[in-house]
Amino acid sequence: MNVLVCISQVPDTTTKITVSPDGKSMNPQGVKFILNPYDEFAIEEGLRIREKFGGTVTTLTVGGESAKEILRTALAMGSDTAAIIKDEERQDSYIVASSIADVARSISPDVILFGRQSIDFDSFAVPSMVAELLGWPNISMVSSLTIEDHSVTAERDIEGGKETIEATLPCVIAAQKGLNDPRYPKLPDIMKAKSKTISEHPKSSAVRRVNVLDMKLPDTKRLNKIFGESDQELDEVVRLLHEEAKII
Amino acid sequence: MPDYFNLDALLTDEERLVQQTVKEFVDREVIPIIEHHARDGTFPLHLVKPMADLGLFGITLPQEYGCAGLNNVCYGLAMQELERGDSGIRSFASVQSSLVMYPIYTYGSEDHRRKWLPRLASGDAIGCFGLTEPDYGSNPGGMVTNAKKTDGGFLLNGAKMWITNGTLADIAVVWAKLDGVVRGFLVEKGMKGFSAPEMKGKHSLRASVTSELVFQDVELPEENVLPGIEGLKGPLSCLTQARYGISWGVIGSAMACYDSSLNYAQSRIQFDRPIAGFQLTQEKLVYMLTEITKAQFLCWRLAHLKDEGTMLPQQVSLAKRNNCEIALNIARMSREIHGANGILDEYPIMRHSANLESVKTYEGTHEMHTLILGQDITGIQAFT
Repeated sequence: MNVLVCISQVPDTTTKITVSPDGKSMNPQGVKFILNPYDEFAIEEGLRIREKFGGTVTTLTVGGESAKEILRTALAMGSDTAAIIKDEERQDSYIVASSIADVARSISPDVILFGRQSIDFDSFAVPSMVAELLGWPNISMVSSLTIEDHSVTAERDIEGGKETIEATLPCVIAAQKGLNDPRYPKLPDIMKAKSKTISEHPKSSAVRRVNVLDMKLPDTKRLNKIFGESDQELDEVVRLLHEEAKII
Repeated sequence: MPDYFNLDALLTDEERLVQQTVKEFVDREVIPIIEHHARDGTFPLHLVKPMADLGLFGITLPQEYGCAGLNNVCYGLAMQELERGDSGIRSFASVQSSLVMYPIYTYGSEDHRRKWLPRLASGDAIGCFGLTEPDYGSNPGGMVTNAKKTDGGFLLNGAKMWITNGTLADIAVVWAKLDGVVRGFLVEKGMKGFSAPEMKGKHSLRASVTSELVFQDVELPEENVLPGIEGLKGPLSCLTQARYGISWGVIGSAMACYDSSLNYAQSRIQFDRPIAGFQLTQEKLVYMLTEITKAQFLCWRLAHLKDEGTMLPQQVSLAKRNNCEIALNIARMSREIHGANGILDEYPIMRHSANLESVKTYEGTHEMHTLILGQDITGIQAFT
């Protein structure tokens, strides 16, 4: 079974983000970039599929020269090959998805895995666009995955619960946290990954469909709320943390 | 984690990946359990296998012996991240790598290498290093532990003290005098007359095992001597390796203290404002960040000198001496910023501070490194 894992490079969650003078893009100066955390689940799942069924895992990213670093991570974790669609500019999701679909057509994987979202621009768009461009089924927010013969059973997170979905191969899967426990790259494998080649692919000729007009940082002013100690008010605190702050 | 001068940009992809990997390992596996072990005075033995699986032992040694074959920047960054967790965990890896695997690789026979390096790299065997004695610390040349030639081997007598991993070790690299000349011997667990009782009552490095090694007429086979080295330069060259790792390691402790201090200072309100807004606190935070930044660059350069093969032991002394001192200063200052909270094990401060008291002393005391450098720059030795 051949797996294509698509990953992206995002700013480290602890990095201080600023907006470029053009007011439309993130200022990359001094920003530390990391592998998108959700993509770690995708890589791990790809490796597990290969360990169970045989075949190969190819890892793919769209980005500039510096994005090769995350491909090295994937190679060190155990990916067989790595490929980059070279593009120094930030494109819209449609160009990214079209470029990935082009590569997918050329290598014909059985499964394409993504992280559920890139934590930088949060478009949640690329996995479903790739599936649509290929005419394949797409399952998002997958927290459990079983593949048997040509059928895929996936459990996905929905608001307040779980949903089980069935589809057939080939298909596109977007990994949610909890899907697995990603392995650490081993230090000797980091050394070995250094000598593996990363193939380059051209970006799609598709035309941009959306444009960024303005980008600004959120207002950091804290909106304090003071609650009493009654059961009712505690319930309200829990509800707000869940629904507004979205931290539980 | 502070990286004020963007050192990250000077690292290669694999160096960054090593740091990131060890950082995540420490965040997930070490930090959540380490206070508990420090409190109980136990070493987290369950971490040995995962550390070995990651490739943390003998990082710079060749892959043919089961090691990672990485450069010295990678080794240093790994030590930094481990010590951000705890000096005891870093000490374990330092001893295994620099004091046991290094001499076996550098001075051992091919048989020694084939027999021990893969087992030490995989964590199937634990090693320790016996140089210091109860009465010979800064002056190891005076050691009384000795070996006598017998038919088909050696008879080893004496005692070592302050030996990290001693009680746990399957193999001890022991330095003893043979006909008045210091030689390295491999003493294996279970050999008759060899015991390694654990030393108790430490207020520092509590999550690390420290032991005595006692040799009473231990019969060693002929092949258990390291053939490649004679004299004190043998153990001293190992210490240079370990001191190199310490120079990086203590930056990790300092970073942990700085991160906790900055966080605490920004959230702790006194006189209706965060204490980070007071000049006296800012002065402390600025000292911490400045010294951490300087230490990072000292180590980064030292790593490149080491990889080029031009690093001098005196340069390692300078880095070890400086970085241990500033790390300890930072830990103590951090305790002051945390006020009374700084003494609680809810924060890592007191543990790092107590650990660094040992780290400043072991592998050459602050004073001895001062004298090494003093001799180097003046040409006059002031040891005796």
